[in-house]
Amino acid sequence: MLIPCPYCGVRDAREFTYLGDATVRRPDPAAPDAAEAFHAYVNLRDNPAGPHSEHWYHGAGCRRWLVVTRDTRTHAVLGAAFAGEAGA
Amino acid sequence: MSARFSLLGLVADALRGPSALKPHWRDAAPKPAYDVVVVGGGGHGLATAYYLAKEHGIANVAVLEKAHVGSGNAGRNTTIIRSNYLLPGNEPFYEASMKLWEGLEQDLNYNAMVSQRGVLNLFHSDAQRDAYARRGNAMILAGADAELLDRDGVRALAPFLDFDTARFPIKGGLLQRRGGTARHDAVVWGYARGADRRGVDIVQKCEVTGFLREGERVTGVETTRGPIRAQKVALAVAGSTSRLARLLDLRLPIESHCLQAFVSEGLKPLIPGVVTFGMGHFYVSQSDKGGLVFGGDIEGYNSYAQRGNLPVVADVCEGGMALMPMIGRLRMLRAWGGLVDMSMDGSPIIDTGPLPGLYLNAGWNYGGFKATPASGWCFAHTIATDAPHALNAGFRLDRFRTGAVIDEKGVGAQPNLH
Repeated sequence: MLIPCPYCGVRDAREFTYLGDATVRRPDPAAPDAAEAFHAYVNLRDNPAGPHSEHWYHGAGCRRWLVVTRDTRTHAVLGAAFAGEAGA
Repeated sequence: MSARFSLLGLVADALRGPSALKPHWRDAAPKPAYDVVVVGGGGHGLATAYYLAKEHGIANVAVLEKAHVGSGNAGRNTTIIRSNYLLPGNEPFYEASMKLWEGLEQDLNYNAMVSQRGVLNLFHSDAQRDAYARRGNAMILAGADAELLDRDGVRALAPFLDFDTARFPIKGGLLQRRGGTARHDAVVWGYARGADRRGVDIVQKCEVTGFLREGERVTGVETTRGPIRAQKVALAVAGSTSRLARLLDLRLPIESHCLQAFVSEGLKPLIPGVVTFGMGHFYVSQSDKGGLVFGGDIEGYNSYAQRGNLPVVADVCEGGMALMPMIGRLRMLRAWGGLVDMSMDGSPIIDTGPLPGLYLNAGWNYGGFKATPASGWCFAHTIATDAPHALNAGFRLDRFRTGAVIDEKGVGAQPNLH
């Protein structure tokens, strides 16, 4: 599997570390529904069969966090962007 | 309905030749309604139907399978049975499963080739010895068997391991003699035949495409062979649980991952039981055909591909070479991948709900095969009585909300690390 790092170019997936779903957002701990929101944030996932937006860390390269879009049915990588700039 | 197997019957069939071969279960067409519909014709789903009929007298049951029975993870695992867990929520359940394995063939009247050839977990440091001593004590407290072997004890069992030049010297091992292997396909077939003989309909090539609802309540399924109503709908589709949950707008504490397994060319008898490496993820046993059956880590990223990548192949083979360098010139025959439900605490879910009329059996991580009998037994109890049995009381879905998780490895809500 090859991941197109925006800084380093196309690199082998072994250079990266996988974190998981990039669509979950840390909730506001002061919100009245914070307990339920944190349960969903920590535990619940869409786990789609198809395009999946996910965090990968390029530890053996530029050491930046990426948001990679990948099809979980085929492992085809559809795109990659720096995590901050992708709005994630 | 197929006849009961016996030695005399087998001899008579052998003399009659191929014309004696009969299907072991009916290929049923779906009826419009059942008391219970079990989705998923793997080991867990078929065992659930079998125990619903046998233990609870509920035989108006259909098992729906999108392909043919046993074609998912039940046919892709590495066939190991063991009950060497640590935590209170897990170990009594897995030991109950081991006891069911021990009586399975007589109960099913089917040769599942249950072979208690021993499971040996190696340790390589003082800290690992302490951890395994604790685990062994937890196993004994739950009624299982465990022995802590020193280096010489391991050498007597498995003299082919690298004792002399290894980077991580073998200091001993935790041995469960009652552990071993079973023939995974025969387990599926035995449960299918047993359920069928008690009146369960096994419906193949019948994929669930939606759910029938009345308000919140689940009242049946839409399938490729038409709608089927049911008082209770039970999901046993580990690997694809989230795909069905999505049809119900449910989000679950599960990620789907790919786990690979491998088999080598056939050899004469070499490896006496199951051996696991303690300083990398590699485990191996030898099939009755002679091939070494081995595996290691999951791929580590969400996947529905049923196909792994080369880095894990290399990692598993490096683990094997570190443990037993003699396999260096052995050729690999086949590799394959299966989809596993990786849960947020590494432990499974057997529970009622989360919707009325729905029952959930999911989250088996990469340890579902050994659990097959107890999973079916407990799920049948949960479906029939609308409450979990004491054995699966720790496997409830709300443990992720309450924090009562069962995390054997202690790595937290990070599914790819369990």
